[in-house]
Amino acid sequence: MLNKLIFANLSHRPVRTILSVLAIAVEVTMILTLVGVSNGTLDSTAERARGVGADIIIRPPGSSVMSSLSSAPISEKYIPWLQQQPHVALATGTVVQGLSGFDSITGVDFPAFDKMSGGFQFVSGGSPVNDNDMIVDEYYARQHKLQVGSHITLINSDWNISGIFSGGKLARICVRLPVLQRLMDRTGYVTVLYAKLDDPKQADAVAASLKSKLAGYPIYTLDELTSLYSISNVGMLKDFIWVVIAVAVIVGFIVVFMAMYTAVLERTREIGTIKAVGGSAGLVLSILLRETLLLAVLGTIVGIVLTYGTQLLMHALPSNLTQETVYSWWPIAGAIAITGALLGAIVPGYKAVQQDVTEALSYE
Amino acid sequence: MSNLTSVTLDDFGSIPAVPPIIRVRGLTKVYRVGDVDVHALRGVDLDIPAGEFVALVGASGSGKSTLFHILGGLTPPTAGSVIINGKNLAAMGTNERTELRKTTVGFVFQKYNLLPTLSAEDNIKLVEFIGGRPTEFTPEFIEILELLGIRNRLKHKPRALSGGQQQRVAIARAIIKKPAILLADEPTGNLDSENSTAVLGLLKDLNQRTGQTILMITHDPEAAAYAGRSVHMRDGRIV
Repeated sequence: MLNKLIFANLSHRPVRTILSVLAIAVEVTMILTLVGVSNGTLDSTAERARGVGADIIIRPPGSSVMSSLSSAPISEKYIPWLQQQPHVALATGTVVQGLSGFDSITGVDFPAFDKMSGGFQFVSGGSPVNDNDMIVDEYYARQHKLQVGSHITLINSDWNISGIFSGGKLARICVRLPVLQRLMDRTGYVTVLYAKLDDPKQADAVAASLKSKLAGYPIYTLDELTSLYSISNVGMLKDFIWVVIAVAVIVGFIVVFMAMYTAVLERTREIGTIKAVGGSAGLVLSILLRETLLLAVLGTIVGIVLTYGTQLLMHALPSNLTQETVYSWWPIAGAIAITGALLGAIVPGYKAVQQDVTEALSYE
Repeated sequence: MSNLTSVTLDDFGSIPAVPPIIRVRGLTKVYRVGDVDVHALRGVDLDIPAGEFVALVGASGSGKSTLFHILGGLTPPTAGSVIINGKNLAAMGTNERTELRKTTVGFVFQKYNLLPTLSAEDNIKLVEFIGGRPTEFTPEFIEILELLGIRNRLKHKPRALSGGQQQRVAIARAIIKKPAILLADEPTGNLDSENSTAVLGLLKDLNQRTGQTILMITHDPEAAAYAGRSVHMRDGRIV
């Protein structure tokens, strides 16, 4: 009977109910999209790092794992030196030029990279042959509507798309190493060094050895590097997520507060009637809280569904961001939405409980 | 509770063989409106035996609605004694008065006060649900629904019912829990004469058939004529 009353109350004011559910849904979508984009972007970065096939990664002095690379301070002379180190089977370097947003162009020594990673898996076309040839991954090609033979202007140069490869390897946009070095005016220098070992189990030992020889250079094993691509290691991102969660809770609070406050005002006489026929203050509060809970649960479900919409939108937009579905955050986002909603129902609930029956019954 | 009952009986001195179902002595109610005390009831004494249909008649402001609210456990008295079905209402707290409304008193309001989101049937069953009783209608109650003429209107929501039908649903809602007393506050105040006659006839019939004690507030002498006895109020007193 109580559930019937709650459903009846919510369906009696469909517009208000739908708006409340949508507002809570937006709150949930905000959280899940942010977490999804954060995880997706970090995971795809980690996936591309793994796709290189290297066991050791050496980054420029002063850079952190999450800082974007856009200079080439490491001399190419370190490549043959690196290759001579114990257990190093193969060494190569890349040069990275940052673009707007999260995008960057990577200059690749294709023969060496092919040996290290097994080469790019081309969906169409193939490796760059000419200086103005560029290859892009499927994701970038789809977002920018590129195909083999298309032309694109980046870093003030015109490029011909010579190949489109399956994602998950090194970078999204690649050109020949000497071409990018020349364009960056950094011939003879690279941004990152990669080393493939004859025995991956030696990675920790080799990294330790290299650290002693290359003081000041951040040197990571592959496992170490990929484990660092997580939200908890990106302080600003973590803070940003908390800010968004706080905003989401406030939005949920305000929406439910307004909806429930209006509902209590509108239903003053009904609340009086329920009390008059023996309904306790607890029952009245229970009705309001259950209504709120139902709104929050519906909002969470709709919010999760809307997250798939933002995923599609993110997919269609010409950005380098990837949004993942982070299932573990569904209950967290739901709990946040429910908490905000229940907080919003406290004052209206208190008002309803405190209403004098005789005044409520004469309320017009 | 037994202490309260014994104290009350002592207070009243003479104990009738069958005590009245409503016994009021020296009842006063003072409202504070701004800085002014408003004396709504100024020492009301009233006995209503079980099974009686009493009309409480008075002009607006005479205190009859205040008496109605106190007898129904909707608001506490300022002073005096009120015994309803053996329970001293004056000594009750909020929870006990809620319990009284749940089990002992049935209300019929001038404006029906049905929940607009529920069907007529669910409006009636809600009272049983709140009272923690089975919500299915008994054959005996279905007969009462027939008597009230609403059995075929139970699935409708209040907005689909006429005023007269809504008031019949309200009566059904009030009596389903078999209350010791049925309090009706201007039950025909919002009805046309035809429906008024029908509703008053139903209340009288209900009283005669089932022995339901009814206290009806009205300012209409024609309505009061349906009751077995009329009690008049003026300026917060029984006259």
